[in-house]
Amino acid sequence: MNAAALETFAIWLQRPNFLTFIVVFLWGLYIMIAHHNLIKKLIGMYLVQTSVIFFFITVSAKTGATVPILVDSDLVRPELYVNPLPHVLMLTAIVVGVATLGVSLALTIAVYRQYGSLDEEVILKQSRE
Amino acid sequence: MNMSANLALLLLLIMTAAGAILIKDLIGAVLVLGSYSFFLALLWAWLGAVDVAFTEAVVGAGLATVFFLLTLFLTVPREDEGQLPRGQWPAYIGLPLLGMLLLYIAEDLPAFGDPASPPNVHLAPEYLTQSVPLTQTPNVVASVLMDYRSLDTLIETAVIFTAGVATACILRRSSVRGSRP
Repeated sequence: MNAAALETFAIWLQRPNFLTFIVVFLWGLYIMIAHHNLIKKLIGMYLVQTSVIFFFITVSAKTGATVPILVDSDLVRPELYVNPLPHVLMLTAIVVGVATLGVSLALTIAVYRQYGSLDEEVILKQSRE
Repeated sequence: MNMSANLALLLLLIMTAAGAILIKDLIGAVLVLGSYSFFLALLWAWLGAVDVAFTEAVVGAGLATVFFLLTLFLTVPREDEGQLPRGQWPAYIGLPLLGMLLLYIAEDLPAFGDPASPPNVHLAPEYLTQSVPLTQTPNVVASVLMDYRSLDTLIETAVIFTAGVATACILRRSSVRGSRP
């Protein structure tokens, strides 16, 4: 193994959370595209959503810092607290993500009542007839 | 920061995600997905994002699991043993390319927990130091959410209301029309 490959490997090892994000994101995306059960597709969608949120929270982490709630309000040292801005944006993203999940699950129930199945192939076959 | 706790939680995260994808029984898959959400909340609390962690524990692990289970009780709790669907070549070509692209850009991202990374030094110190003088709130996440972005939070409530109305309309219409088995 040459030096360049070792260097690339070290770069990946310094970012374990990003590697986890890649695994969960791509696997969830694959399930959304390739799986034929609608509930499994929605599980994949939920994995994609939470993995992106996880990536943003990882960006906000700082070594040697703590929760962004100020203890001594007279003298605030920003390097002692983690970055609060990604937290705020991801709070909104979690709630909106679950709202879209609720709507899509209601649509799944409507599809099941119409076609009697959650399998994509069966639904496509029935709708072509 | 203790790196080994982080790595153990990441391993649990990947294992529970794999379980949610691979388990054939849908109720089991959904319950494993709920445990995935709890491990995610634990990891976020460990990274210092406590507000996000308890939102995920309540909304993600609690509410989303309840939604999934309600859907399964109204439909079939098991997926059919069909053959693999055909015509998936965009997934087999596109997703490895996307994965290689993501691994390629890993070098440009800051290392995990770097205090001098651009997102941590550019704007965030302003919000941290100005939180108490400008908004009298020691919790910086609450001060940004409720003072600087209050209109945005209001519109978010409107989004949730719209989603609730849409869900009610879909379920009402389909129960009136869909009387066939």
